[in-house]
Amino acid sequence: MTKKYDTIVIGAGMSGLAAAIRLAMFGKKVCILEKHFLTGGLNSYYKRGKRKFDVGLHAMTNFVPKGTKRKPLTKLLKQLRIPWDALELSEQKSSLIQFPSEKLMFTNDFEVFRTEIAQKFPHEIDNFNKFVQYIEEFNEVALDNKTYMAKDVAKKFIKDSQLIEMIFCPLLIYGSAWENDMDFSQFVIMFKSIYLEGFCRPNGGVRTILNLLMDKYEAVGGELIFKAEVVKVIHSGDKVKGVELKDGTILECDKVISSMGHPETMAVTQESPTITNEKSPAVGPLSFCESIACLDKKPTDFGFDHTIVFYNESDTYNYRKPETLFDHTSAVACFPNNFQHDDDFVEGEGIARITYMANYKLWKELERKVYLEHKNDLFEKSIETIKRIAPGFDANILFKDVFTPTTIERYTGHFEGTVYGSTDKLRDGRTSIEGLYLCGTDQGFLGIVGAMLSGISMANLHGLME
Amino acid sequence: MTAQDVRQIVVDIIADIAVDDDVTTIDDATPLREQLDLDSMDFLDIVMELKKRHKVEVPQEDYPQLATMNSCVEYLTPKF
Repeated sequence: MTKKYDTIVIGAGMSGLAAAIRLAMFGKKVCILEKHFLTGGLNSYYKRGKRKFDVGLHAMTNFVPKGTKRKPLTKLLKQLRIPWDALELSEQKSSLIQFPSEKLMFTNDFEVFRTEIAQKFPHEIDNFNKFVQYIEEFNEVALDNKTYMAKDVAKKFIKDSQLIEMIFCPLLIYGSAWENDMDFSQFVIMFKSIYLEGFCRPNGGVRTILNLLMDKYEAVGGELIFKAEVVKVIHSGDKVKGVELKDGTILECDKVISSMGHPETMAVTQESPTITNEKSPAVGPLSFCESIACLDKKPTDFGFDHTIVFYNESDTYNYRKPETLFDHTSAVACFPNNFQHDDDFVEGEGIARITYMANYKLWKELERKVYLEHKNDLFEKSIETIKRIAPGFDANILFKDVFTPTTIERYTGHFEGTVYGSTDKLRDGRTSIEGLYLCGTDQGFLGIVGAMLSGISMANLHGLME
Repeated sequence: MTAQDVRQIVVDIIADIAVDDDVTTIDDATPLREQLDLDSMDFLDIVMELKKRHKVEVPQEDYPQLATMNSCVEYLTPKF
């Protein structure tokens, strides 16, 4: 062991970068170890020819105007000392929750959603307003919140199950590690970040955020090593000593903050005899697949204005692992051109992204040739879904790309291709090993903004405040 | 160091932390929290910056002394 760090951060995604910036900002000796050769983790990026793509990011949640005080977005920008204007945010036009018997539109003005509910569920508007008030007053980011399920709480306020299903739909698919329900604190995070705050997109997509984080991290003097896969967190007497990389390198440190995920992190710790009977953290049941279609026209050219559509073919929303490769009866369709500005896309082209719930194990066991056939089938189904969502669709496909749960697993290292991680969250980040902490999705904050806040909170709590 | 110098040091730190706030209009008698977008995490940043830049330590029990610009200057000046 040669080099000693105060803290090693595993993963150069949103949460790891944010954590490392905070630590380096106050003079801690920090090193980020990233398995991939790119930053971003679950929110990364790639390029095919002239076309640039974001992985994961449909929209950034938590939009608030510049100068809004004490909201997650402004809080995190202040903690990272990044000016609001640097993100070049562009707001959504409108989004839609589309079920067979009803549709609800929402924008970044919450009154639009409230009015929709008042018109379409007039018998529930008073209950809805009471529920919203309860949500607004709830402290969802308290690190000592207990886990209990959100639908039980919602049912105390709202009786109409159709309305509950519709309200939950975007919140579940944009963040829940649980099937058909979610932890109430996470529900409140999602409700505020999507309905009370809103959707936006940085000009340039996820690269803009990652570039800002990387510039900041360099400016505060942090180290980052790419292609550095941690295979072991070394500890003795249940106290962290360092990490071992795949190539055998050993790096010594006092603390490790891991964004790998809860089960993924615990898998690289050697259990000491006293805790071998402890139950391993659960791997979440849900994974996703996505089709990206580059079109020869913009969505507005075929009469489509919505930014994101949460589409469901039955009045019950089944958010669960499908028993088939994917479930095309329920989708999220994102049209990134339908944010207020779309000048960073290829001139004259449009993009549509369709996400379905998917079954990891079924994709995993396919042989290469069959796998590719199913990817094609998935893409065809996605185009059919777009046609149902946007009946005027008449664009030609210029380029297509598809990812499946095995793609997610390969690039992120998340077991079974989970995106929202484990159902065993560790809200205060503490593990059974002293000096080993979690940040990111399994700490329990959600979305890009949540991920960065998670990194900040864990760095403050475990790295700076002692 | 004069009270005016200490005030400038605090203003510089706040300007770096609250990048989107206007620090030229701070009213020295009104709590900083009421004028600027500062929460407890940000006050911790002020304390850590004082230590990092000027080796001035503020123990946790003294945090209330940082409530207004006037109280900051009064409390911090003897420490410089």
